[in-house]
Amino acid sequence: MSFGYSRRRGGGRLLLRYVLASAVTVIFLFPVYWLFMISFKTADEIYHVPPVWYPSQLQLGSYLVLFRDGDVLAILNSFIVAGVSSLLAMIFGTFCAYSLARFRTGGEHLAMWIISQRMIPPIAIVFPIFLIYVHFGWVDTYFGLILLYTAFNLPYVIWMMRGYIADIPLELEESALVDGCTRWQTLWKVVFPMARSGLMATAVFTFVFAWNDFIFALILTRTEVITFPVQLTHYFGGQSNFWSKIAAMSVLGTLPIFVAVTIMQRYLVRGISLGAVKG
Amino acid sequence: MADVRIAGLQKYYGAVHALKGIDLHVGEGEFAIFVGPSGCGKSTLLRTIAGLEQLDGGTIAIGGQIVNDMRPRDRNIAMVFQNYALYPYLTVYDNVAFGLRARKVVEPEIKRRVDEAAAMLGIGPLLQRYPRQLSGGQRQRVAIGRAIVRQAQLFLFDEPLSNLDAKLRDEMRGEIKRLHREIATTMIYVTHDQVEAMTLADKIVLLRDGRIEQLGAPLDLFERPATGFVAGFLGSPSINLIPARLVARGNGAAIALATGETLALPPGRTEALAGKAERQVILGIRPQHISRAIGGKMPSGVARVSAKADLIQPTGTRTFVTSHVGGVAVTVELGAHDVGAQGSAVDYAVDLNRSILIDPETDKVL
Ligand SMILES: Nc1ncnc2c1ncn2[C@@H]1O[C@H](COP(=O)(O)OP(=O)(O)OP(=O)(O)O)[C@@H](O)[C@H]1O
Ligand SMILES: [Mg+2]
Repeated sequence: MSFGYSRRRGGGRLLLRYVLASAVTVIFLFPVYWLFMISFKTADEIYHVPPVWYPSQLQLGSYLVLFRDGDVLAILNSFIVAGVSSLLAMIFGTFCAYSLARFRTGGEHLAMWIISQRMIPPIAIVFPIFLIYVHFGWVDTYFGLILLYTAFNLPYVIWMMRGYIADIPLELEESALVDGCTRWQTLWKVVFPMARSGLMATAVFTFVFAWNDFIFALILTRTEVITFPVQLTHYFGGQSNFWSKIAAMSVLGTLPIFVAVTIMQRYLVRGISLGAVKG
Repeated sequence: MADVRIAGLQKYYGAVHALKGIDLHVGEGEFAIFVGPSGCGKSTLLRTIAGLEQLDGGTIAIGGQIVNDMRPRDRNIAMVFQNYALYPYLTVYDNVAFGLRARKVVEPEIKRRVDEAAAMLGIGPLLQRYPRQLSGGQRQRVAIGRAIVRQAQLFLFDEPLSNLDAKLRDEMRGEIKRLHREIATTMIYVTHDQVEAMTLADKIVLLRDGRIEQLGAPLDLFERPATGFVAGFLGSPSINLIPARLVARGNGAAIALATGETLALPPGRTEALAGKAERQVILGIRPQHISRAIGGKMPSGVARVSAKADLIQPTGTRTFVTSHVGGVAVTVELGAHDVGAQGSAVDYAVDLNRSILIDPETDKVL
């Protein structure tokens, strides 16, 4: 509504809009820019006063060090743990959500109970989980982290997908059933295509959650499956901080999310706004 | 092609008793219409036949085979839904082909059938479009196309035209009738539009509150309704229902209106009503069976009633006039130029040969 209004007002307002939008973009993107720049700077440039706005040349030294010392394995670990756990959470969660939405499994309250699980602060349960994991020997294993992230993401997936599935007109599925599909086939041929944006958006969020998690990874890993956020903390020393490593590692850790969000942007916007309408 | 036989069908939704013992036979190739007011159970009955709802008692047989526990996909039926149920992510072609692919029909055969159906429905040029690029009427055609290609033994329609505007609805109604003639499959069609019911049906099944109120050919129901409810449901404008008293008059019987007039019943009717004199009745008379009285002497069974034209609604071909007769508003259908100004006096000829008398307690037609 307000867009149509301003369009009619023409030039002046539009210009103001662009100026404001550009200013906001610069403010928000500056830290990201700074991060990238530090990762390419030499030690002198990092500490130089007044600050060096852009490095004289792109030093790849910081990255080489990360690769040479095997620090980048932390990124690989994050990938495996976040990827597998998101996949599992999406598969199980979507089926649960379908059951809740279409067969009213557990009535109105089960869904609420499930999402309430997500509201527990991680720090409140991380120590009991740690003790359990020690008992079973799951500490510092892929299995342990994947299990944990899957469990932690499940309520979110179920809740979100339940909403998206409930929004699909029942007639579409019934029509498919009459036309000759089994329940499973209607899932593949109707529900998933209809909920595609929702599936993508939810998958991105579960992945980002597992990718960004720090507290569980900090306490449940030692040396074998250290993830990227935990690895990053190793560069904050008592005497000095390894700014070049911090920056380079942060860039490497940001890129996958950046790429994922860029690719999925179309679905993300639609998926999120779908959820918004549903309320 | 198959017939449908339903016996003692019961359906509950939790505490709601939606179908209370339905017995029904729809013959092979017949066009049956379920009609009735909102919430009477039309959709429930149709969906139970489709297998989309579980039944709680009785049996449904399609083509002689009991299908109570059969999945929808195994019943070999095709269904057209109220909101078309087209898949927005598939082209028209793929939408129409959907059911055939689900049944693993080979592609050349799919193409042949889709093209044939498209030609029949005039949607050939639309096959590569997506549903959102179609008008309501076009979507409806696609939805029907989806059903046709299946070559199912039974077609089910749930209010397929209710989302279309009046003009398109008339057009599609004609098409569906033509379609039934061409493919001659058994069809069951739900509507709450009595015009659709009258024009399309071989057999009308009038439902009320989970029961069949009456069933039969359209004109049977129209001319010989079993209850006041049926009489009131069919016909447009609705039948006039005038509370009155049945009285003896000479060796015959007459209707005494609340406002004092008495209308002599024709001799044929008196015998049927013998022994029922002096009781409350409701006189049912259709707007088409009241005309302007011309001349002094009325034919047998036709009574003269004087009234005032309170409200005049010309439609071009016919004019609907509302007057007060026997204390209630009565609608009369007259010729376009049969009536003068609003408020003027009119003499009506009420054709009691065509009237019905209803017992106010049981709603049964006497
Ligand atoms: N899923 C359901 N859960 C509970 N009650 C239902 C359900 N579906 C229908 N009913 C009830 O069953 C009765 C019959 O409903 P049905 O949908 O068959 O009516 P209808 O004749 O198709 O009405 P309409 O003309 O409005 O479509 C109604 O009282 C309705 O409230
Ligand atoms: Mg209905």
